[in-house]
Amino acid sequence: MSCVPSDNLLELGLVSKSFGATPILHDVSLSVRRGEFMTLLGPSGCGKTTTLRIIAGFESPDAGRVKLDGVDVTDQPPYERDVHTVFQHYALFPHLDVAGNIAFGMRMDKVPEAEIRRRIPEALAMVKLSGYETRRVGSLSGGQMQRVALARAIAGRPAVLLLDEPLGALDLKLRKEMQLELKNLQKKIGLAFVYVTHDQEEAMTMSDRIAVFNQGRIEQLGTPGEIYESPRTSFVADFIGGANIFTAKVLPGAAGRAHLILEDEHELDVPLDAHETLPAPGGRVKVAIRPERVKVFYKDELPLDSLRFDAVLQDSIFLGDGCQIYLRMFKKDPERLTVALAGGDRYAVHDDLGVPVIAAVQPEDVYILESDGA
Amino acid sequence: MKTFDRALSWLLSGRRSAASHLLLAPAAAWLIVFLVLPALGLVALSLARNGAYGTVVWSLNLDNYRRAVDPRYVPVLLRTLGFAGATTALCLILGYPLAYFLSFRAGRFRGALIIALMVPFWTSALVAFYSWMVILGKEGLLNSALLRFGFISAPLGILYTPFSVLLGLVYFYLPFTVLPLYGSLEKIPRSYVEAAYDLGADRWTTFLKVTLPLSLPGVIAGALLTFIPCLGDFLTAELLGGPRYYLLGNLISNQFLMAQDWPFGAALTTLLLAGMIGGLWAYRRWEPDA
Repeated sequence: MSCVPSDNLLELGLVSKSFGATPILHDVSLSVRRGEFMTLLGPSGCGKTTTLRIIAGFESPDAGRVKLDGVDVTDQPPYERDVHTVFQHYALFPHLDVAGNIAFGMRMDKVPEAEIRRRIPEALAMVKLSGYETRRVGSLSGGQMQRVALARAIAGRPAVLLLDEPLGALDLKLRKEMQLELKNLQKKIGLAFVYVTHDQEEAMTMSDRIAVFNQGRIEQLGTPGEIYESPRTSFVADFIGGANIFTAKVLPGAAGRAHLILEDEHELDVPLDAHETLPAPGGRVKVAIRPERVKVFYKDELPLDSLRFDAVLQDSIFLGDGCQIYLRMFKKDPERLTVALAGGDRYAVHDDLGVPVIAAVQPEDVYILESDGA
Repeated sequence: MKTFDRALSWLLSGRRSAASHLLLAPAAAWLIVFLVLPALGLVALSLARNGAYGTVVWSLNLDNYRRAVDPRYVPVLLRTLGFAGATTALCLILGYPLAYFLSFRAGRFRGALIIALMVPFWTSALVAFYSWMVILGKEGLLNSALLRFGFISAPLGILYTPFSVLLGLVYFYLPFTVLPLYGSLEKIPRSYVEAAYDLGADRWTTFLKVTLPLSLPGVIAGALLTFIPCLGDFLTAELLGGPRYYLLGNLISNQFLMAQDWPFGAALTTLLLAGMIGGLWAYRRWEPDA
């Protein structure tokens, strides 16, 4: 790594790791800024948890370096690193009460007892558990244990807080509440968070930036908006929000635009984003269209600038807060286009299966993906 | 078949107390026949008198207990407590690192090591102690080897010393200490250790502040499982100690086997049992909620 700007608090440089013959991480590079909420997102087995454990010091990388505040900590044991972890299953010490758990890290750091006694209620207040000092860990609910684990980790004022799927064991409603609370707390104390999750919605809600992991590599790193609005690979497009992915052939076209033919049937002309590149005419490329960006019309009344696909209503699934309908839009290939419709629109399609419709997409909603070999 | 199923589900439902009593019956019967009745018999015997030629004259008197609390048995009692205490302490000192290694470090060798630990436990105590006699005796393996290699010029008196008794006791009771310790160490989630490291505790501090306190139930169980049977042990002192180091167990077994005074033996046994049960009861009272 060359010289790096100093607002990077945590840096991973080309970190690789294998367990036996199984490669887990390949050349992962990542930097976390001061006060940033960074999420490592990916399916299970993608290497996100291993990355977190390497940052914490529980695993040592086979290659690559970890720097914390400019200092190389790669060879430091976990107890010498100024990071604290909120573990997936809390790992609260059962032989200590709530206050004892919160004080543990501060005692290790030789914080004066008077200061510890001041910080315990402060930390408990931050996680909304004031007055719980003398409670036994075993008497707490899952959500309360989660809060105590959080209080324990922040009370020692680490440089970076690591969170390993901390909300995974909570039920949906509590998880949603805790997401907001965590985000607010993180903003309030201005601490850098590295947050591991497989839940893309959680990542979208809370993160400043998301690193999308797949098979031991970072596929894309960016703000939730960037990841959602301009996915670079078909994995990212599909994992975040879901996407219809098609193969297109490149036709000769104007500079800054892509002239494509989708599955050899639908011709379209879309603008190229700054990061999007195209193979030479005749080459093939993958494109993605978000289901919720597709509009369905029964008559030819679509906006002038939109791309038009003639299709047939194939199926529909009621989802409660909306519905998903499936369109058959290719004659040669019965591949289906998924479309999500929100709210009342579901009534419009429920009884009309098999009828011809027109699907419309705005040109800028067609994403050109990097060829990722998939 | 339907009747059988219904009977079985009634039996297993646990809603009716009659069903649970029925399920408990075999175990209760076993305990009554083989534990409670013999113990009551022992108490009854302790109140009897010794007749001529080792016969028992049934009666109700406390003479045997008066004899048992005679000050001349105090040295045996103290010696027994001393050996049992020393054995327990040594077993804990040797056993804790062993159990820790088995649980935290042994990896794939764990199974083989546990079996190796159990071998003395499965070997007949008689065979084991005769082996120790062969090793420790004046003409034994240890002395021969030391003489042969010139470390000593005359054989050492190792056998029939407090050392050989202690060695035998530690050798025999070590698995009783290690297994509960190992069990309690195994139950500690490794994430607790990681959490301690994460919060800045080095290895030694993590051991002192997290692993050791969490393994305390195993320490106590291991100590009790070693100390209590040690109090009644007679074979070790018999074979490796000789008469000078006789323990309570030897005193009792002598009443039954040599002196032919069963009532007095029964009184001594009753007192020993009462002491053990009293100790356990006190421990249960003191024990923090587990």
